Amino acid sequence: MITLHWLYTLAGAMFAAFALLSLFDRSNPKRLGNAAFWGLMALSLLAGDLIGDFGNGLLVLDLAALAGFGFIGRSNPPTTDDEERGRWSAKLGNSLFLPALIIPATALIGTLVYNYTSIGSLGWIEAKRETYVFLCLGVLLALGTVFAWLRPPAIAPLQEGRRLIDAIGWAAVLPQMLAALGVLFAVAGVGTIIGDLTGMVIPRGNIFATVLVFAIGMVLFTMIMGNAFAAFPVMAAAIGVPLLIQAYGGDPAVVGAVGMLAGFCGTLMTPMAANFNLVPAALLELKDQYGVVKAQVATALPLLAVNIFILYFAAFR
Amino acid sequence: MTYLPLLGIALVVIGFAFRLNPMLVVTAGGIVTGLLGGMDLTKVIATFGKAFNDNRIIAIVWVVLPVIGLLERYGLQQQAAAVIRMMKAATVGRLLLLYLLVRQGTAALGLTSIAGHPQTVRPLVAPMALAAAEQQHGEVDEPTAEKVKAYSAATDNVGLFFGEDIFIAIGSIVLIQQTLATYGYVMSPLHLALWAIPSAIAAFIIHGTRLLLLDRRLMQSSPSLPRGGGSRAATDGGASPPPASGERSPSPSKLGEDS
Repeated sequence: MITLHWLYTLAGAMFAAFALLSLFDRSNPKRLGNAAFWGLMALSLLAGDLIGDFGNGLLVLDLAALAGFGFIGRSNPPTTDDEERGRWSAKLGNSLFLPALIIPATALIGTLVYNYTSIGSLGWIEAKRETYVFLCLGVLLALGTVFAWLRPPAIAPLQEGRRLIDAIGWAAVLPQMLAALGVLFAVAGVGTIIGDLTGMVIPRGNIFATVLVFAIGMVLFTMIMGNAFAAFPVMAAAIGVPLLIQAYGGDPAVVGAVGMLAGFCGTLMTPMAANFNLVPAALLELKDQYGVVKAQVATALPLLAVNIFILYFAAFR
Repeated sequence: MTYLPLLGIALVVIGFAFRLNPMLVVTAGGIVTGLLGGMDLTKVIATFGKAFNDNRIIAIVWVVLPVIGLLERYGLQQQAAAVIRMMKAATVGRLLLLYLLVRQGTAALGLTSIAGHPQTVRPLVAPMALAAAEQQHGEVDEPTAEKVKAYSAATDNVGLFFGEDIFIAIGSIVLIQQTLATYGYVMSPLHLALWAIPSAIAAFIIHGTRLLLLDRRLMQSSPSLPRGGGSRAATDGGASPPPASGERSPSPSKLGEDS
């Protein structure tokens, strides 16, 4: 049976290659830091189950130290320049989009076929993980297509992948860190505390008021943390699961999906979400660094209201 | 029950407010929260490590990077630019509305990294929107240029945030699934993604309406008198050509994973 561990191995091998290519990239003054950072990610994916909880904890502390104290930096792996890319694009035209579409198409069609035909009952894939398996399969198919079609140098996908991952940098690991922070918050009882505090606000038995506090709580917590990822596990532990799902019988899929989207309304309104709200203001050379946030508030607030109504009417239909 | 662990949250807020590195802020916030919650340091580190290890599935989505990078090598971004240039519309509102549709649509297909602030907004969308504003309005003064550029960036964010959750293998859907699974609610990603569609439609209607209202404001306001400072606003900032490929922007680019 294909399990998640196959996919961890695939991703781990990729990060290991990034680490090795970084190590020998003499054009990057921070090559050792990059090699260590992506090497630790490879270690986590390949051997995370073997090094124990404390070992994983040390691994995370190392990742944070490498990123936080400026040991990693962008690299310049060999690639084509703008002029060459313009020539290729003029020559290849819209067929360039096709390999990119293979990935989502494989993930989508694979998931549908696996779930709605008898193939799924053969148990070839770990339950509920088929989408990720097909996503990775799509990546391999797309790579095969590009190689058969354009015959790039064999090392090109890894160098181009390293170019992108180095551009993203530590932000590539931050979502996983924030998910871990959410778990720690939950273990330390933060969710219970916030649940108690919000419980004082919510009139018992009033479902709409509970939905309101859940959604607004997602927004405020997201604005504070700059990220709906950190807010979601806490608000789910405080209100979403114990009250909306367990006490009032709300549909967990709606509470989860729309609750997260309510949080995204908060992302539109906070300078803490620097990548989305402050970086573009700098890129576009706006005089007001909060110009993008200001342009988004009047979309975020009505959208939040709509999400609250969707949550209320769809989860308790 | 004590409120002490909330100090960990305060630490995170302060750390972000002072623009410290988020990786350090999150780690420090986690450790402080755990200690205040009554765990010893070894237990805190082990809990943090276990949680990180349990969430490794979030890292799987990065396997798409070699394919995207490889296609960029053959001019994917240039081709996207060529396609959008052919669809050039006459007004700021319609242009951004079209971009909203394309951004939401491609994000919904999981193609979150084919567009973004460094890749498309600065080199392409903002200059095109400014050019459209000049057609509508005549000379564009600085406050108007600021507004048009801010709306260009805002449109990218709205399209990305309210499109990406329709794709089944995006980070936030994975996080929802993982969180609910810890309480025993095992949900398929497709089921969760389905419930992102009503909000996506609402986002398109609300932000799209605002874009068309922006058009009306630009049309109604009388053409500004040609002033010395007027033309400068239209030619600096977002209207400048994209930087050469060798000269990369220092800001971290993003793939829509940490919204």
